[in-house]
Amino acid sequence: MKATRRDFLTTAATAAGAAATGNFAKVDDHGQSHGHAHEHQVVPSDMALRVKSLESLLVEKGLVDRAALDALIDTYEHKVGPRNGAQVVARAWADPAYKQRLLTDADKAIAELGYGGQQGEHMVVVENTPTVHNMVVCTLCSCYPWPVLGLPPVWYKSAPYRSRSVIDPRGVLREFGLELSENIEVRVWDSTAEVRYLVLPERPSGTESLSEAELVALVTRDSMVGVAKVPARKKEGAA
Amino acid sequence: MNGVHDMGGLQDMGPVQEEKNEPVFHHPWEGRVFAITRSMSAWRKWNIDTLRFQRELIPPAEYLTMSYYEIWLTGLLELSVKSGLVARAEIETGKPAGGSPKLTPALTADKVPLLVAHGTPANRNVPVAPQFQVGQRVRARNINPLGHTRLPRYARGRFGTIEIDRGVFVFPDTNAEFLGEKPQRLYSVRFNARELWGEQSSPRDSVYVDLWDDYLEPA
Repeated sequence: MKATRRDFLTTAATAAGAAATGNFAKVDDHGQSHGHAHEHQVVPSDMALRVKSLESLLVEKGLVDRAALDALIDTYEHKVGPRNGAQVVARAWADPAYKQRLLTDADKAIAELGYGGQQGEHMVVVENTPTVHNMVVCTLCSCYPWPVLGLPPVWYKSAPYRSRSVIDPRGVLREFGLELSENIEVRVWDSTAEVRYLVLPERPSGTESLSEAELVALVTRDSMVGVAKVPARKKEGAA
Repeated sequence: MNGVHDMGGLQDMGPVQEEKNEPVFHHPWEGRVFAITRSMSAWRKWNIDTLRFQRELIPPAEYLTMSYYEIWLTGLLELSVKSGLVARAEIETGKPAGGSPKLTPALTADKVPLLVAHGTPANRNVPVAPQFQVGQRVRARNINPLGHTRLPRYARGRFGTIEIDRGVFVFPDTNAEFLGEKPQRLYSVRFNARELWGEQSSPRDSVYVDLWDDYLEPA
C-alpha cells in the first residue's frame, strides 16, 4: 500500500517539528495510543507544529487571511453557542404565537432573534411533549445546528453516540441519566441532509412565574439536542 | 461507499462519554484547523459534499483512531493538493514553491460575518415535481455506490413513510464528485424502529432520515 494519509500528515510538519523531536511522549493529546508502529504516537506539540507550518504556508501563498482565521475562531468560541438556542427556546415557552411560528417555519422564527446562517441554513424545530421525546444525531458525520448551539461537543461527533443513537436511543439516553417510560414515543432525527434539527424541550413545571431571561438560564445544550430534559433548577456546572 | 463513517447501528463503540464544561476547542491547533478549512473552502474548489467524501476516504483503521480535527486536517490537505491550490511538496517543506504568485485570500476578515450569517444554502429554487407524496409508503433503495452517498446502510431496503416534503435540495452523490447538483426533492422519511432493528426495539419508536428522490422507490 502507498503512504497512508497519516504519513502525509506526519510529513507535513517534519520541517517545523524537527526541533521538537526529542520530546515525543507515549500518548497523544486525547490519551489515545494509535496503532501505527511506524509513527510511535503523536504528541500535542507535534499536531500544533504541523498546523502551524500549514498555516504559515497558506498565509505566505495568500490562500488564507490570518485575521479571518482569528475572526472565525472568535465567532465560535465567544459569539455563537447554546445561549442562542436557549433564547429561542425561552421565547417559545413564553410566547405561544412565537412557538407556533418556530414549529412551522423555524428559519424565519430563529431569524427574528437574530440567529441563522452557516450550518443552520435549513432549520427544523421538533417539540418534546409528555408523550413524545425527540433526539438528534448525525450517524454519517457531525451535522449540528451551529447558529443556535455552536460547534458540537466531542461526544456528539464520537462513534458511540453516532452508532447507537439509532439502534438503542433509550440506552443512550440512560447513559445521559434520562430514563424514559415505555409509554413515551422516541423519535430519532438522523441529520443525513442539510436540514438541521433543534429540539424544543418541555418547559419544566414550577417555572410559571419566571421571566424570559430567567427561563433562558434554565435551558441546557443537552436538552436542545434531546439527550436530557430541562431541570426545574439549573444544576451547578450543567452543560 | 460502505465505509466506517456510516456508523448507525454499530454496537461495540463503548459508552457515550460526556465532558463537563467542555471547551469549544481542546487545543489552539483545533481552532486553526477549523478556521483554515472554512477559509480554504471559500475558494470554491470543492463543496461540502466533496469535503465529506474526502474524509470518508480515510482508511477505517485510521479514521477510528483519529481525533475529529485530525480527520478535518487530513481531508483538507488531500483536497488542497487535488484541487491544485497547494503542491504536496509545499506541504512537506512548509514553503511556497519558487515563483508562485502571492494571491489575495478568498475569505478575508471583513467577509467572515457575512459567511457566518448567511452560510451556504443547499436548497434550490427550481421547479422539481415531487415523486412521492406525504403519507406515501416508500422503500429506501438497496444501493451500494462506491462514491459518496447520504443514504445510511441501516435504512437501505427498509420500508418507511414520507412524513414531510422539505423542498428541492442539491443531491450529494453527484455534487460530491462534481457531476452536477441534480436538484431534487428531499423528504423526512419515518422508519419504525422495529422495521430497522427488529423486536428488540420499542414498537412506539422511530428514526427519521432525510432522503432524496433518488434514494427512494414506491413500496
